[in-house]
Amino acid sequence: MGGAKTDIELIKNGKRIDGRKFDELRPIKIEVGVLKRADGSCYMEWGKNKVLAAVYGPRECFPKHTQNSYKAKLTYRYNMAPFSTDDRKRPGPDRRSTEISKVSREALEKIVFLEYFPRTAINVFVEVLQADAGTRCVALTAASVALADAGIPMRDVITACAAGKVDDEIVLDLCQEEDNFGSADLPIAISPRTGMIHLMQMDGILTPEEFGKALDFATKGCLKVHEMQKKALKDKYEKIGEDYGNE
Amino acid sequence: MVKIMETSDIVWEVKKNAIRHMIQSGKRSDGRGLDEYRKIEFVENYIPKAEGSCLVKIGNTQVLVGVKMDTGEPYPDSPERGNLSTSCELVPLASPDFNAGPPNEESIETARVVDRGIRESKMIDFEKLCIEEGKSVWTVMVDLHVLDHDGNLIDAASMAAVKALLNARMPKLEGDKVNYKEKGEKLPVRERPVSSSFVKINGTILLDPTLEEEKVMDVKMIIVTTEKGEICAMQKSGDGSFKREEIEKMIEAALIRGKELRENL
Repeated sequence: MGGAKTDIELIKNGKRIDGRKFDELRPIKIEVGVLKRADGSCYMEWGKNKVLAAVYGPRECFPKHTQNSYKAKLTYRYNMAPFSTDDRKRPGPDRRSTEISKVSREALEKIVFLEYFPRTAINVFVEVLQADAGTRCVALTAASVALADAGIPMRDVITACAAGKVDDEIVLDLCQEEDNFGSADLPIAISPRTGMIHLMQMDGILTPEEFGKALDFATKGCLKVHEMQKKALKDKYEKIGEDYGNE
Repeated sequence: MVKIMETSDIVWEVKKNAIRHMIQSGKRSDGRGLDEYRKIEFVENYIPKAEGSCLVKIGNTQVLVGVKMDTGEPYPDSPERGNLSTSCELVPLASPDFNAGPPNEESIETARVVDRGIRESKMIDFEKLCIEEGKSVWTVMVDLHVLDHDGNLIDAASMAAVKALLNARMPKLEGDKVNYKEKGEKLPVRERPVSSSFVKINGTILLDPTLEEEKVMDVKMIIVTTEKGEICAMQKSGDGSFKREEIEKMIEAALIRGKELRENL
């Protein structure tokens, strides 16, 4: 949390700075199969976030000594475009993106049936084209849709969403101002089928009670986003079915 | 050489199953209880040349933390506040698995989680580290040096960092020059965050994992708490997952342990 000083009123008359209710998500748009070359892909808009995810594999694993005889090797690259933020981001991996890539990969490793594809690699690439708070959640949500689009067997389609604390109120899905000037952020990823938590990070100050409420909010947010993921996947294949029928 | 590797791999496979089995029946390989911490030792001011320092031993794990300070320009969005930067080096002498070279995922995660605990608990009063608004502020550099790796690096590093910051004395400022030979006032600190790490093995949750336990764990959770009984940082690490109730239990345990440990900080 930035914790920077501000005169901005983040909550006014029970409404948030962008007019949302406390438990309201930003507008979300999901498109499946947007990239020609990738085995699976997903484009997602979430608030002002614009994120593109692509999946390659299962394919041959290089360098060869990194192969695992029992399962596929999953890699996850979270990357922000230099023009995605107000101040230009220096291209290439930094400490933040390395950490996000690690926790996101770990969120997926027990979701994907890696043991079906020994000695191969499954590579997930996510590009944040425009960033507007909550990018790691958008990236992971898009990545799991792209994995589904690639036809890779999974135990579930994982969904990520954040909740946080702004001006002493627990709110769902922080926007940029709330992220910069709020007092806590709790991004999580769950497997909606089992309710298990596959990613959890927290920064800022929360009492155990506030944490419980934030976790409730984030879980409910995930479940809503999950419906949109399923719809986007169905829409793509329904469209293919229709096109086929018209031929 | 190849043969030795193979034997040790087999030994490890056998050991792994033994450890997981024991834990299922509520026992740990070193005889500790599930919520029992290893013995903790501190050596404060271990490096007198540093502004603050502390060597922490948790069982066989050893982490040395040094705090150095320098003046520099503030960030444009916080012209009246000092800066904090935390780095972690997994020194090759600490483990056969560590290699020299640029920081890897593990060292970056360690540094960032320790940094988050210090920063989000508002431990350091950054406003008191302003020399001239918009022009010059103090930067606090916390370097985590892992010397012997027997598990639970983040708790050890966090404890050593907090101790080092608590005993740090700022260097003297003479004009624009920093005189490191003379130690001045204490670094302005006002909080003692405590990090507690838990691992889940076969559905059982245990505190303060050894390296062996970390190698067989399903998943790990790090929770940093404040004096007021709040949570200020969390991180799930490893590829497994947690139930909500498990997380709530760990938070409770982390708050109790934070209180106990803080009496000795």
